[in-house]
Amino acid sequence: MTEPRRGVIGRLRERLGRTRSGLVENIRRVFSGGGAVGDEVFDGLEEVLIEADLGVDTTLSIVEHMRSVAKERRIQDADALYEVLKQELTTILEPGDHALRWEADSGPHVTLVVGVNGSGKTTTIGKLAAHLTAAGKSVLLGAADTFRAAAVEQLTIWSERTGVPIIKHQDGADPAAVAYDAADAAAARGVDCLLVDTAGRLHTKVNLMEELKKIQRVVGKRLPGAPHDVLLVLDATTGQNGLQQAKLFTEALNVTGVALTKLDGTAKGGIVVAIQKQLGIPIKLIGVGEGVDDLQPFNAADFVEALFA
Amino acid sequence: MFESLSKKLERAFKNIRGQGKLTEKNMKDSLQEIRLALLEADVNYKVVKQFVADVQDAAIGQHVLDSIQPGQQIVKLVHDELVKLMGGGNEPLKMAQTPPTIIMLVGLQGQGKTTTAGKLAFHLKKKGHKPLLVGADVYRPAAIKQLEVVAGQAGVESFSLGENADPVDTCVMARGEAQMRGCDVILLDTAGRLHVDGQMMDEVRRIHAQVSPHEILFVANAMTGQDAVNSAKQFNDALPLTGVFLTQMDGDARGGAAISLITVTGRPIKFIGTGEKLDAIQAFHPRRMADQILGMGDVVSLVEKAQEVVDQEKALQFQEKARKASWDLEDFLEQMQQVKKMGSMGELLNKIPGMSKMMGKDVEFDEDELKYTEAIIYSMTPKERHNPKVINGSRRRRIADGSGTSVQDVNRLLKEFQQTKKMVKQMMKGKGGKGRMGNRARLPF
Ligand SMILES: Nc1nc2c(ncn2[C@@H]2O[C@H](COP(=O)(O)OP(=O)(O)OP(=O)(O)O)[C@@H](O)[C@H]2O)c(=O)[nH]1
Ligand SMILES: [Mg+2]
Repeated sequence: MTEPRRGVIGRLRERLGRTRSGLVENIRRVFSGGGAVGDEVFDGLEEVLIEADLGVDTTLSIVEHMRSVAKERRIQDADALYEVLKQELTTILEPGDHALRWEADSGPHVTLVVGVNGSGKTTTIGKLAAHLTAAGKSVLLGAADTFRAAAVEQLTIWSERTGVPIIKHQDGADPAAVAYDAADAAAARGVDCLLVDTAGRLHTKVNLMEELKKIQRVVGKRLPGAPHDVLLVLDATTGQNGLQQAKLFTEALNVTGVALTKLDGTAKGGIVVAIQKQLGIPIKLIGVGEGVDDLQPFNAADFVEALFA
Repeated sequence: MFESLSKKLERAFKNIRGQGKLTEKNMKDSLQEIRLALLEADVNYKVVKQFVADVQDAAIGQHVLDSIQPGQQIVKLVHDELVKLMGGGNEPLKMAQTPPTIIMLVGLQGQGKTTTAGKLAFHLKKKGHKPLLVGADVYRPAAIKQLEVVAGQAGVESFSLGENADPVDTCVMARGEAQMRGCDVILLDTAGRLHVDGQMMDEVRRIHAQVSPHEILFVANAMTGQDAVNSAKQFNDALPLTGVFLTQMDGDARGGAAISLITVTGRPIKFIGTGEKLDAIQAFHPRRMADQILGMGDVVSLVEKAQEVVDQEKALQFQEKARKASWDLEDFLEQMQQVKKMGSMGELLNKIPGMSKMMGKDVEFDEDELKYTEAIIYSMTPKERHNPKVINGSRRRRIADGSGTSVQDVNRLLKEFQQTKKMVKQMMKGKGGKGRMGNRARLPF
């Protein structure tokens, strides 16, 4: 995660480049038709953005904006318009705090990891544990997914892999009690960072969202100010429902950022543009594989670059 | 969140009334609305393009009927085309003539394959089969353990050579294992993999070549976006998929990926997953799916939805209870959740063509109200839920505190419950009459 900028772009590009699918050709075709910027350019642009999961509203507003910019600045050349597009997307994605600091005013820094089923929460925690350890921090894991079969075992394997201790209870135990114990142990042992795994849940399940609120509450009770970060893990293949997920998870919790996983596939994760634009939740991390090193910090310009690389 | 499509179309169609025939020109606005609605629902861009062109072809030259509401004609057309595209529905699993039947589950990471394997095993067990769950995911930590736990929950056999074995070997060995244990269905839970991962796709191809499964189900999540076409296409190119299992249909996703998946694979959706529990599996209903994707519906299907309980057995149980009036707060909650999962209440009610007209305004339904109700019922003890009569003053206080509501809220809920209970009872008595108005008037919510 501490790779130099070029390396990050290069790596992401390489990952993303495995199958650039039609997107690259599309954008090339759209923008390098050579010559006048006509309707077909904007139609093509619409297609590219929709297929990247930006959604109808966001896409239409960007295309509208591009039309007016093209007109205003009398842009004739598709390449120039492409630059404007990248700029526009970067401007949307840039606001907010994309950094993760891993430092609390006092005591351990606590991160709660949440999201719908299968989005990549546990794997992201494993990767973070490896990264933080490498950065010289002491880490503790809290296994608050007591619901899914073998979820505790899964996190335990990550704890062994990364040499990081874990606090766990029995399957079916109260997740809030696990979280409390983990916070307690983190304080007692004086660790730098506590990462709390939670069970995947659909944002529409009111009682399960209440359960998360309770976890957030009890952690704060034990360690004032905690959790310092609440990461919403979002799968890049998610379509428009991602916005709804982000909305409801933020309504319930103090979500501080998004971790966008599975960017090593062909999905573009464009819903984060809508999430950032409409809800102002910054993306903090991107996942590009299943290995411990496959986690990167988010950078708006790189992300946009990689989107159309 | 979404303005109902029928409402938009009513607007777009104002101009067409009385114009005689549908033409490319007078349909333009409506088709654009339909296009956007499908895109909003996550149907793939190219798939939408083709679909809308097909609809247009089918519609051109048709007479504009004066008898029905503007917009409805084309909504119906689109709806019919969607249903047609999604097939007849209810495609059963193909069982081998001579056992064992081998069913292989494949898909991307995190789609719910292991849970789905458990659901299928449970479903088959209930139908009198003896399934063997086979753990072939050696990559994700504790995946095999997860499958074993799920097998235990489902009360079926499980088998794996473990994490250090070649998953191909595990799948091959499963056949002998099944024979030994007298199992007639083998369910292969393979690791999630990216369609662009050459090595992993090769592995799944080898498994297929070695075991020749009767069913190869592509497991995909209902929240999937535009990329569904890419992953499905490459899985379908690598393996002769026989069907799709669409998971996480209990959320609020519109589920347009269903259309993309069917279009790309040419295979039907055989089941949908509607929850985390093992019995949360249902047959696929194209008509309901079309309703959901378009953000519309009719009264009949709304009523069906509201009445739908997870399985037939439960539905019968429910009717029985309703008749005997032993219908309790848990049933009330379950009904509510069933309705809720179809989309937000307001959205749902507004989906009913003519509903807004009938009510003279947009139907408002307080979503928070639903949340409160849930919170209140969750704060009751099982006994209280079964027999609300025992809920006295101090219990009401406790329930209000527990759910973060007021005693008045609790009182109101209990009153509503009583009223609904009465209505349900009537509804059950009057069952059979499927007249639109009749059903509408008896809607329990
Ligand atoms: N290709 C790829 N796979 C990933 C990535 N992140 C996670 N996965 C895989 O996605 C699957 C689900 O990941 P988990 O970490 O178990 O997801 P989860 O959110 O904890 O799942 P539940 O706890 O079951 O809700 C696993 O197979 C992971 O290996 C990623 O960035 N890229
Ligand atoms: Mg997990």
